[in-house]
Amino acid sequence: MTHIIDRRLNGKNKSTVNRQRFLRRYKKHIKRAVADAVNKRSITDIESGSQITIPNKDLSEPNFQHGRGGFNNIVHPGNKEFIRGDKIRRPEAGAGQGPGSGKASNQGEGMDEFTFQINHEEFLEYMFEDLELPNLVKKQLKETIAYKFRLAGFSSKGTPEKLNIIRSLRSAHARRIALSGSERREIRQLKRELREMEVSPEEADQERVEFLRDRIKELNAKLKRLPFIDEFDLKYNNFIKTPVPSTKAVMFCVMDVSGSMTQEIKDIAKRFFILLYLFLCRTYKEIEVVFIRHHTSAKEVDENDFFYSRETGGTIVSSALELSRDIIRERYSPAQWNIYIAQASDGDNWEGDSSICSNILVNGIMPLVQYFAYVEITDRHHQNLWREYEAVYEAFHETFAMQQIKTVSDIYPVFRRLFERKEA
Amino acid sequence: MKKKQPISTGSEWTFEQVERYDKEIGRVAEHYGLDTYPNQIEIISSEQMMDAYASTGMPLMYSHWTFGKHFLHTLQNYRRGHMGLAYEIVINSSPCIAYLMEENTMTMQALVIAHACYGHNSFFKGNYLFKTWTDATSIVDYLLFAKNYIAQCEEKYGIDAVEDLLDSCHALMNYGVNRYKRPAPISTEEEKARQIEREEYRQRQINELWNTIPKNLDKDKDIEEKKFPEDPEENILYFFEKNAPLLETWQREMIRIVRKIAQYFYPQRQTQVMNEGWACFWHYTLLNHLYDEGLVTDGFIMEMLHSHSNVVFQPAFDDPRYSGINPYTLGFNMMMDIKRICVDPTEEDKRWFPDIAGSSWLETLKFAMENFKDESFILQFLSPKIMRDLKLFSITDDENLPYLEVSAIHDDEGYRLVREALASQYNIGNREPNIQVYNVNVRGDRSLTLRHYQHDHRPLGKTTAEMLKHVHNLWGFDVHLESIRDDKVHSSFHCPPKEAEEERSLIELT
Repeated sequence: MTHIIDRRLNGKNKSTVNRQRFLRRYKKHIKRAVADAVNKRSITDIESGSQITIPNKDLSEPNFQHGRGGFNNIVHPGNKEFIRGDKIRRPEAGAGQGPGSGKASNQGEGMDEFTFQINHEEFLEYMFEDLELPNLVKKQLKETIAYKFRLAGFSSKGTPEKLNIIRSLRSAHARRIALSGSERREIRQLKRELREMEVSPEEADQERVEFLRDRIKELNAKLKRLPFIDEFDLKYNNFIKTPVPSTKAVMFCVMDVSGSMTQEIKDIAKRFFILLYLFLCRTYKEIEVVFIRHHTSAKEVDENDFFYSRETGGTIVSSALELSRDIIRERYSPAQWNIYIAQASDGDNWEGDSSICSNILVNGIMPLVQYFAYVEITDRHHQNLWREYEAVYEAFHETFAMQQIKTVSDIYPVFRRLFERKEA
Repeated sequence: MKKKQPISTGSEWTFEQVERYDKEIGRVAEHYGLDTYPNQIEIISSEQMMDAYASTGMPLMYSHWTFGKHFLHTLQNYRRGHMGLAYEIVINSSPCIAYLMEENTMTMQALVIAHACYGHNSFFKGNYLFKTWTDATSIVDYLLFAKNYIAQCEEKYGIDAVEDLLDSCHALMNYGVNRYKRPAPISTEEEKARQIEREEYRQRQINELWNTIPKNLDKDKDIEEKKFPEDPEENILYFFEKNAPLLETWQREMIRIVRKIAQYFYPQRQTQVMNEGWACFWHYTLLNHLYDEGLVTDGFIMEMLHSHSNVVFQPAFDDPRYSGINPYTLGFNMMMDIKRICVDPTEEDKRWFPDIAGSSWLETLKFAMENFKDESFILQFLSPKIMRDLKLFSITDDENLPYLEVSAIHDDEGYRLVREALASQYNIGNREPNIQVYNVNVRGDRSLTLRHYQHDHRPLGKTTAEMLKHVHNLWGFDVHLESIRDDKVHSSFHCPPKEAEEERSLIELT
């Protein structure tokens, strides 16, 4: 007796729970591996998933085992030239037992690490865990000024384009039934009487028949006079205005491209911007990115120009801030957009300009944006721009953040620090 | 014989053809007198096969991170092409569940049906170890009970607490086996009822054992002299389940679950060579029989032989692919050899196997299948011819000598030595350190002493300290482990570690 069952359509993810248990247990390791991956690899690769490697000793499932030593007698196949009593030099420790070196290579080096794959979502999950977008909640609750019209029942008043035909005809039909009730009842009655008279064997009273026919005709005419549709029947779709949380975000990448910014510093800045972009992607459906580069004057450019075209000259940061402010006013109403600005610079600025910068920030930009993050990529001392920004930070410590990046490996830690979940 | 129409000609399979093959193979199996459980053949995808791999092949299993780890490991290797998946998994249950991969060709499906559904199946039903230690009808029920019970515990006591306990139990899984006492089979319903009963009982008993109120002075003295347990206990998990002082009842029940599952798998660990050998012998015999009847094509039998010879391939010791003796090769060759000895014995065979030379091969094979495990099977049936064919030789590694020595090869002087050496290699008692519960300091600090009885002076490995942590986790009080060589304590381990002791044992280890 044999049953043959096709199980292929059954769920194939029986191991999902066990896999999650595994990830849960080794969360610490995985987070470390993710952080390493972020630091080591080019950040543009982060879009894909990642290979995670955990040292094998950390996830061992131990067992009582025999150690080396004592007396062992082991049988092997494939003898070629050995005869009884042959003596063989003992292989180096760790090279396995007996002359068969296969065992050693199987269980040797290759097994020191346990490697597995996590997918893109999981990767981002671990990468951005414990981070949150500053002030996001507040914005959604308090300042949602974007509205959407939503169907909310029907009303008897409205403009012709909102007319709901089905509803209107239905109510006309109901009205007609309601208003014609007594007439139709009477017609039925008269008709029945008429029929009875016609079929009865007795001689019909012609006068009565005549009367009945007239009466029926009269009533039918009365019914016809009932309007097919009345003003009163018309129903209109009713729309109400509901506020919708703004789910659009715009990210401004502002970077100094003056002569002092080397390609290396730009690369660091780029990685930082990409991290921020990925992070925003997790929260917002729709993200626009505005690239603004500046030296003595600022210009909105495309991505390629932003990162790779070379410029020289002095530095006036305020030009970029002014441009950002103007673009926000023009295109990105804070009512509809969550606005994030990330500025990267090596800290150089023209001496007299820094105070103008803080002025624009405090009066023109900070009230409009969700968050402004400034990273200074330098290993030198801070200059006047940093000090001015410190003052801004004092005023807006909720929405303004600044950090210094010295080397590539600082990017991720600094990023984490900027967006760390704050204790309530 | 008149040639019949073959069952299939292409490599694509259909359900009708699978059914047809099963019918024909079943008919031939009956012809040879194979006694099997009813079969349940399940066609699964490769992803499902990996799922099955991860949970030790069982259709149901409780959740644990190690299964997730195995799954990820398999997935990674499979994706990189480092390994292929097994063509089938077969479960010792009634009905006997066999998983067939949908990617297999028609020939492979037929091979797998012959191998698993008739070969392994009849072994599960016939071998004395399986008969004694496992209950094929209730295992799926029991796993369901275990899965639900552990899931409930996770809800009640938290995933971490359950995981912690399971880790320790898994570590000691090989020491959760009864080698002599036979547990009676029971169903899920009974199991549930009994579990409640056990809960009350156990706690009472344990309280009794740890009762510190002196009954009277004389009795106390008696107890001092008596060891507890009176005889060393080999089933460490069983001992903990019954006697560990600090465990909650649910924890005892979980120890019991792990122990039961270990017990279920124990016969499989002892009969790998025989089980695979038997299954290979039968897929080879049954499919050749179908070929002789004209039910399968030449192409079919060539493909079958190709994968058959891959399965029973044995690389030599100096081959980079070598990783020990292939149980399929050894088992299949021995089964074929027994048949040969019965049917066509040489002078040598008559000298070595006077009992079976010339007897009915079918009955002799069946007798061997039913009444042996790997160790005794090899000791009884490994013939000089097999040793010559496989060119077996034994290497002696004595730590007191600076070199390794070839102690025996496949010649007249060596046959018996090689055979004994190979047989003892399959003795689980030699493979795993022999560790037993030796004593509990009942009246004092409640410390537990385990004893390791060294086999051939072989010491314990590097994992010992880690393992004692798990023992300590279950026992709840200090744990000592004494390694005994020639009736004397050779080295000892402690958890929590004693500093001086630890240093000494570390030196000994390195």
